[in-house]
Amino acid sequence: MEEMIAIRNLTKRFGAITAVDHVSFAVGRGEILGFLGPNGAGKSTTMKMLAGFLAPSSGSAAVCGFDVQQQPIQAKSQLGYLPEGASAYPDMTPRGFLGFVAAIRGFDGAERAKRIAIAVERANLQDVLEQPIDTLSKGFKRRVGLAQALIHDPKVLVLDEPTDGLDPNQKFEVRRLIEAMAADKAIVVSTHILEEVEAACTRVIIIAGGRVVADGTPAGLAARDPIHNAVLLRLDPSAAEVARAKLGALDGVKAVDTVENGAGLLVRPVDGRSLVAEIGALARSEPWRVSELRVEHGRLETVFRQITGGLPMPAAA
Amino acid sequence: MRATWIIFRRELAAYFATPLAYVFIVVFLVLAGSLTFFLGGFFDRGQADLQPFFTFHPWLYLFLIPAIAMRLWAEERKTGTIELFLTLPVTTAQAVLGKFLAAWVFCGIALALTFPLWLTVNVLGEPDNGVILASYIGSWLMAGAFLAIGAAVSALTKNQVIAFVVAAVLCFLLTVSGSSVVLGFFTGWAPQIVVDTIASFSFISHFTSVMRGVIDLKDMVYFISLIVFFLFANTAIVELKKAD
Repeated sequence: MEEMIAIRNLTKRFGAITAVDHVSFAVGRGEILGFLGPNGAGKSTTMKMLAGFLAPSSGSAAVCGFDVQQQPIQAKSQLGYLPEGASAYPDMTPRGFLGFVAAIRGFDGAERAKRIAIAVERANLQDVLEQPIDTLSKGFKRRVGLAQALIHDPKVLVLDEPTDGLDPNQKFEVRRLIEAMAADKAIVVSTHILEEVEAACTRVIIIAGGRVVADGTPAGLAARDPIHNAVLLRLDPSAAEVARAKLGALDGVKAVDTVENGAGLLVRPVDGRSLVAEIGALARSEPWRVSELRVEHGRLETVFRQITGGLPMPAAA
Repeated sequence: MRATWIIFRRELAAYFATPLAYVFIVVFLVLAGSLTFFLGGFFDRGQADLQPFFTFHPWLYLFLIPAIAMRLWAEERKTGTIELFLTLPVTTAQAVLGKFLAAWVFCGIALALTFPLWLTVNVLGEPDNGVILASYIGSWLMAGAFLAIGAAVSALTKNQVIAFVVAAVLCFLLTVSGSSVVLGFFTGWAPQIVVDTIASFSFISHFTSVMRGVIDLKDMVYFISLIVFFLFANTAIVELKKAD
């Protein structure tokens, strides 16, 4: 896999506070990396260093092999960056602003017009091209920022909360746009919306307190949820006690909890193992009058909250 | 060069996208005109020259130029546009130079719009147009020096009011250091070389000699080296403070 973003031991201190603490990761072509973390975890600081806006205290970041500090112009040429918040000149129109960015990026004449047209279409800005950016809604401002990041069809895209302020339809559009562009790019997206990560990202990094605390696929991380692959049975309450004992005796079962006031049993497996076949077979052979049998899936949100301290870690069993 | 040129064009256009440019130009022309006629005694002197006009330029620039310069970097930092701007493939030096040149050319436009005064003296008499041209060039260079100081100060803060006040004070010190009040304070007890050094830092002493029609290399070097020095300082300050 071609390494398009390489971050090594990246550290940023602001006085006594270490905002980013020896963060290392690499992103390859075709990857969409979801960059998660609570507010203040160091997400934006990391992205600012990657984009060459902030100088790291130590460590390095490279874009397409160009060190961001040593060869900033080459690195920035390969990079499309959407900073957090509104960041385009408020007095300019989207057309004027995109024209400026395209010119700085080295496009002239017909090529520039073509680039602007493509970016405008991708970000759906046709209707507001001549309005001062100042007068646009938050969603449009965000899309102006997105359009300027795409204008040179960069190999690396760094998007800090690209869907912030967008309505659900626009969020969906942006997600689809990111997926459509992913094949030949390396994309880093920070967000607070975990469904977005599950829907669009091929990989997730969670950072908390300036350190990388988890790195994996969305499905892999979700599987860390203790409820992952647990089986919920809804059955005749009178059979619950018997069923509970028999289920608890199955191989690979960690615990059986009574839920829904005795009308349901939640069978939790050891190490997220899949037990649905065994439990199904047992339920069929017993007179429990099972009305529902459902496999639970781990949720990224639970894992996120556990890892980043929003939820206590489950007690070791 | 290309990036500087593109930044220059955007910045210059930005002046005219808001009322700022028009307000500034009108205020400048009204003040320059009234100072010339009322305080300068343009008609009473009975001489066909523009000396009463140029004499007031250092004092006019003292507060008008910091008003132009204060927004250059403070506004970018306040609104956050600096983050996108400086993550484009441009160097900080190109950004500093592009912004400065746009502001300087804008001052040049305001200055050039005083041409009716020049027409007036040419109708009323036969002025030495060489002297007038030299004075215009000198005045524009002096504006550039004020501007470079103001731009560097603007990069120090997110607050435009602070940028304005600090730049105005710095420019004031550099202006009055050649006045008879300041020099008189030092003359007598300080060695002559100290007095001369203080005087040589003054905008006024350099501008006065240009106004006499003498384009002396010394005065040119003074203004240009001030500009270059403060543009370097500006670049260093932006590098240091951009992300604060």
